[in-house]
Amino acid sequence: MLSMLQTLNGRFLLVLALVSASLIGCGEQNVRFNATDITGANYGQDFELVDSHGQLRTLEDFRGEVVMIYFGFIQCPDVCPTALMRAVEVKDALGPSGDKFRVVYITVDPERDTPEIVSAYLAAFDPGFVGLHPTMEELPEVAKSFRVFYRKVPTGDSYTMDHTATSFVYDTQGRLRLAVSHSMEVAPIVEDVRTLLQAAR
Amino acid sequence: MKKSLLGSILALAMAPLFAQVTVEDPWVRGTVPKQQATGAFMMLTAETDARLVAAESPVAGVVEIHEMAMENDVMKMREIPALDLPAGQTMELKPGGYHVMLMQLKEQMVGGTVVPITLIFEDSAGERFTQEIEARVTALGAAREGADKPMQHQHGHRH
Repeated sequence: MLSMLQTLNGRFLLVLALVSASLIGCGEQNVRFNATDITGANYGQDFELVDSHGQLRTLEDFRGEVVMIYFGFIQCPDVCPTALMRAVEVKDALGPSGDKFRVVYITVDPERDTPEIVSAYLAAFDPGFVGLHPTMEELPEVAKSFRVFYRKVPTGDSYTMDHTATSFVYDTQGRLRLAVSHSMEVAPIVEDVRTLLQAAR
Repeated sequence: MKKSLLGSILALAMAPLFAQVTVEDPWVRGTVPKQQATGAFMMLTAETDARLVAAESPVAGVVEIHEMAMENDVMKMREIPALDLPAGQTMELKPGGYHVMLMQLKEQMVGGTVVPITLIFEDSAGERFTQEIEARVTALGAAREGADKPMQHQHGHRH
């Protein structure tokens, strides 16, 4: 058997690898999601950012959990708290498996979103939510790698931020799977997260 | 139907002779310490055509009227010069639409407390009138934000 394997040439192994990859791919395509399925997307692959407690974090830290990444800013009166509230409701609706649903908030306003403010803010929603703080230098690159748009817009003496309000959802293997629009309701998101958690079993 | 004289007088006194805008369910989103901005939300119904042109509050250094819009899932928030209030039509200032933006906050907005806000309106003749309201702060992260407050009706008066 060993000698037989050794006689297989590289080309055959490559074909074998491609066939198995496409079989896995087919299996994933059969899964229907309510959110936009972006499985296989070549962006938003990972991050390496400091959290509100000064720890360097990457997606690897959340293996085994379904991760939802949201970009926002704390001085936002409207969209960001609405999105975070929705995430809390998703987690609650998941019941005991809510422990395997992790919300990661990445600030697009490093100037004002200090670790102190962000950690207090997120704790008001859920103590398990993780805040990440790109520096002003890191922010353009992080946004680009997630295809997230942000722009500082002056208002009065101050400024506000335009930004992408899409949430990105990763499976338990850390693969980007879903883009969840701001308008999506709680129940269909819960269904999608359940699907991802069940696939991991 | 018979009406007593007293009843008529009372009815006259209570009639919204000067009431220009009815404000319902005003609430403010709670904040954490050092957070500098938040939004106030409410429902406004003008009796005759009017515009909300400005607002003031002792808790905020700057107050603006904002409009939020989603374009391709990108959130955009802008100050607007005024919010038109067509007669008899209820304009809802709610998350995802319009809000009164409280900026340069002087204190933390703590859930359950009450924030005074002065709304400044303009009638169709361009005459300004103000209205004092009290908006309840809904704790940040509280379930069903803005949906669990008691109903409040407050009427505007020409000054």
